[in-house]
Amino acid sequence: MTMKKLLAGATLALGLATGAAADGHEPTTVGFVYVGPIGDGGWTYEHNKGRLAVEEHFGDAVETVFVESVPEGPDAERVMTQMALQGADLIFTTSFGYMDQTINVAAQFPDVKFEHATGYKRADNVSTYSARFYEGRAVQGHIAGQMTESNIIGYIASYPIPEVIRGINAAYLHAKEVNPDVEFRIIWAYTWFDPAKEAEAANVLIEQGADVILQHTDSTAPQAAAQAAGNVVTFGQASDMAEFAPFPRVSSIIDDWAPYYIARTQAVIDGTWESKDTWDGIGPGMVGIGEITDAVPADIKASAEALVERLRTGEYHAFTGPINRQDGSVWLADGEIADDGTLAGMNFYVEGLTAEIPQ
Amino acid sequence: MDLSSINPILLLASLMVAATPILLAAIGELVVERAGVLNLGVEGMMITGAVCGFVVAVATNSPWLGFIGAAVGGALISMIFGFLTQFLLSNQVATGLALTLFGLGLSALMGQGYIGIKAPAFPDWHIPVLGDIPIIGPIVFQHDPMVYVGLALVAAVWAFLRYSRAGLILRAVGENHEAAHALGYHVVRVRMLALMFGGACAGLGGAYLSLVRVPQWTEGMTAGAGWIALAIVVFASWRPGRLLLGAYLFGGVTVLQLNLQAAGAAIAVEYLSMAPYLATIAVLVIMRAGRAPGSLGQSFHASR
Repeated sequence: MTMKKLLAGATLALGLATGAAADGHEPTTVGFVYVGPIGDGGWTYEHNKGRLAVEEHFGDAVETVFVESVPEGPDAERVMTQMALQGADLIFTTSFGYMDQTINVAAQFPDVKFEHATGYKRADNVSTYSARFYEGRAVQGHIAGQMTESNIIGYIASYPIPEVIRGINAAYLHAKEVNPDVEFRIIWAYTWFDPAKEAEAANVLIEQGADVILQHTDSTAPQAAAQAAGNVVTFGQASDMAEFAPFPRVSSIIDDWAPYYIARTQAVIDGTWESKDTWDGIGPGMVGIGEITDAVPADIKASAEALVERLRTGEYHAFTGPINRQDGSVWLADGEIADDGTLAGMNFYVEGLTAEIPQ
Repeated sequence: MDLSSINPILLLASLMVAATPILLAAIGELVVERAGVLNLGVEGMMITGAVCGFVVAVATNSPWLGFIGAAVGGALISMIFGFLTQFLLSNQVATGLALTLFGLGLSALMGQGYIGIKAPAFPDWHIPVLGDIPIIGPIVFQHDPMVYVGLALVAAVWAFLRYSRAGLILRAVGENHEAAHALGYHVVRVRMLALMFGGACAGLGGAYLSLVRVPQWTEGMTAGAGWIALAIVVFASWRPGRLLLGAYLFGGVTVLQLNLQAAGAAIAVEYLSMAPYLATIAVLVIMRAGRAPGSLGQSFHASR
């Protein structure tokens, strides 16, 4: 179906291009490369919602094409090349593991604009964009630290990359702030999307005493596992996952890519597109906090909402000192705020986390 | 590191659950391969079973009917493979790979309206008396029914291949289809029946994921379990007893590495992940028992 859609989109684009080129109104073609299936209910689902928003916003002026479940590796390069050859003007590659492939393909197609999600390598025709998910994770940690009774919080992590480590640190710091006894148990799944493995990881954490599960993987399997266990709190990841509300899902981090995708597509149409790095959080609305349900006691809910508000206005930064590194060395002095460079390349745990980051 | 937080009883119990989907798929593939057919489409049949089982279970609100639907769905899609390879004599390897891709696409299409829906609950059985035995009870006798169905299937296949006349015929067809044909056995019919059984088992394995393990429908949710099932058949050197061992080894390592990580053990995950494959190689070398059925993967046509 995906391939058919891609081909249909490309054919249509070609047909319209030849027919409409004379008056200069050929439709702009925007391509999306997804790491998971659009029906994953999490990460890719939200990117695809962004794509649909682009289609709706521009109507006939824009054609979108997408390929889903593209493995992070050489095959991604083939998919991107194919998209560029078929006339895409702008290509969004939506996973960290596409970083080098995006740079490689972009070098071969200087006229095509590329946008890579969550990476740090740029070129004249490659922008990067990401959301400050750690702001959302700070809120989750704040709630999680107060909701746990066993003081053990389980964390299903995907790959040991800065984005994920940043999330763990942000959640831990804010859980620790409200509950000094809290302890994190971290499992690296080495996958973004494998429901069976995520379910198993959640069960293992529950068996080891965790009564709150945070996740940085894309499926809703941990929510289902928590629901089966009966008394375990979870949060929606990337998507609202409201089907598990009001319990076990008590809140969520929502990625809202639609405004960004529309703005960047508009920039290509206007010819004003230039390579830049975008990293937006709760304030500009790229990170949304899903409704905190009534399963959370009112006072915790109120303080969590206050935290969201302080993050939104920029009054408070999720990484504000004093914060030490895991080995006890000082990272941020009292009142000091982390700079984006350190956050973007974060490869260490903060003090108090007991495990080691896999190398 | 806090190894005391790992409860060995829960570890062993969750091992049985983690191994069940690959065990179900592998026992079906074992029969198929003993009949001399190499069906690499296990992943495709599993995911088709997962979606068929989910759709039926949601529609009827009965997980049992869901599993039946999954078996039927898996068997039907395996018949496509059977028709292509047994009657049109297409290449089995290529057809099997195509079946996987087809199954992934078909299941995504069928499951479109079912994302975010919950499956009807499928409660664990707490077997009276036996389930109350200390230590052994929680490990062995407190699972959902499909764990026992999987074990029963392994036992049944073992007995079928070893003691029954039909099992002997199936093995003869797999070892030397020319000779079996000369003796008057209907090679293609035997193979079609074996494929149907293999597809049904793979379907059950897939439905175990979508109805019990996860339990939700998400595209691509088998995530390579079908390929592990194929590997386990080789690991088991085509014998049901070793197949059970292999499935529990794979399932056990998966669960163990998650447990060790959660406990904060500083063992690189990569070593644990490669452990089952190293064990497979070691078993194949040491036991030198990895002789495949003689006619495995070869097409048969009576006129030749």
